[in-house]
Amino acid sequence: MSVAAPARAPGLVVEAAGLAFAGRAVLHALSVRIEAGRWHALLGRSGSGKSSLLRVLAGLQPLDSGRVGADDGQALPGRIALMAQDDALLPWLSARDNVALGARLRGEPRAAARGRADTLLDRVGLGERGGALPATLSGGQRQRVALARTLFEDRAVVLMDEPFSRLDAITRHELQALAHRLLARRTVLLVTHDPLEALRLADRVSVLADGAVHDTVRIDGAAPRDTRTATVLAHVDALWAALQRT
Amino acid sequence: MTVLPRALPALLVLLGAWQLIVVVASVPPWILPAPVQVVQALLEHRRTLAVDAAVTGGEIVAGLLLGTTLGIASAVLLCVVRSARRWALPLMVISQAVPVFALAPVLTLWFGYGPGAKVAMATLIIYFPVVAASVDGLRYADPGMLDLARTLGAGPRAELWHLRLPAALPSIGSGIRVAASVAPIGAVVGEWTGSSRGLGHAMLQANARLDTDLMFAALACLCAIAVALYVAVDRALDRALYWQADRLHLSSSPELLLR
Repeated sequence: MSVAAPARAPGLVVEAAGLAFAGRAVLHALSVRIEAGRWHALLGRSGSGKSSLLRVLAGLQPLDSGRVGADDGQALPGRIALMAQDDALLPWLSARDNVALGARLRGEPRAAARGRADTLLDRVGLGERGGALPATLSGGQRQRVALARTLFEDRAVVLMDEPFSRLDAITRHELQALAHRLLARRTVLLVTHDPLEALRLADRVSVLADGAVHDTVRIDGAAPRDTRTATVLAHVDALWAALQRT
Repeated sequence: MTVLPRALPALLVLLGAWQLIVVVASVPPWILPAPVQVVQALLEHRRTLAVDAAVTGGEIVAGLLLGTTLGIASAVLLCVVRSARRWALPLMVISQAVPVFALAPVLTLWFGYGPGAKVAMATLIIYFPVVAASVDGLRYADPGMLDLARTLGAGPRAELWHLRLPAALPSIGSGIRVAASVAPIGAVVGEWTGSSRGLGHAMLQANARLDTDLMFAALACLCAIAVALYVAVDRALDRALYWQADRLHLSSSPELLLR
């Protein structure tokens, strides 16, 4: 059993995506390319359309116009895992069974799934807590279980919607590094409103405003980065300025 | 088992006060018998009361099982079938205004003097609270979980079975608790309308003969059944909802009042 990324993670293409709810435009001819096997952060204020874009990519929300897809031409559904701000653990299942939730929902054999879940819990540092109910876990531990559940699916593309925003600073820092290590070589789209988080983890950062991509910045150097270096701080200033203009 | 022992002293004090009032004010026994007389009647008629209690208890439990099962099944149907929700839900909401007790004579007409009419009565008054509570629970499943389930490749059936139903269990549980406390009413009203056996029947007969102590004895049996049923249901639900972290704080069980 391994948690290595699938052989070829595809990139993502969004072309002139348009979406409106009750006459209000959420995505406005949004176009962006997400490179294969990299972390790409979507940065924006609340209501900038970043979460909507994630839901569209996850196949939970159809577009009004435009298209989204993988750059290898194959279908996206079934190759995407979603990790949200809310860990969405089922309170009646143990940590182990939550990790293996996908197998349960698809009616796959339980025993093998549980073994795999235990291995993954070990990877996220919760090897001892497989039998624990979510209510007995801390916020950081719960998000670790959610990360293990994401890894269990072994999907090439991982969509993250502010998965660290509810954690305390230290826990957030640890989990960012852990997620970055375990999701290496996958295509990861990270939605966040925190420029520092984007700069620490992502190779590309796109600023979203009013349902469109304002600007995409390329960040050099291997992530997770030290956010106190001069280059990163220069980016922070630029991103702040860009966000304030939106 | 902390509630019952703690309720006992208060109950004894109340019974003592009752006894005292009856003795001091010399209330005639056919108006209000003293607890001691009720206990005497209870012992004296224990054989017939036991049979009556078994009959009524059976009706209550049968009604509870039937009403709860039908209620949950209807709620699931309403959630799964869109047209059922569209056409049947308004009717169900409106029909809750129908005074179900007024139907008791009709049920007796249809199901006869046997237990059938009483079970039907209990089922009927349980049905709507259970449907309402279950629909509420099934409707308000966490959207984040449903999104997740869809990306995990869950079909509608898996979503219902593994997500919506367990998530609705706390609501369904409240419905069942209400059902457990109203089921005895249904059975007794059914017996009052027309019956040849049961605690309701015993009460009517005793009342007509001014055997008030026997009436109170039958009433005591009924209370015992109702309390036992509620405690049993409450325990079972607690066990089924082991994962509910806030049970200690939001519990509908009397422990809350005793803190």
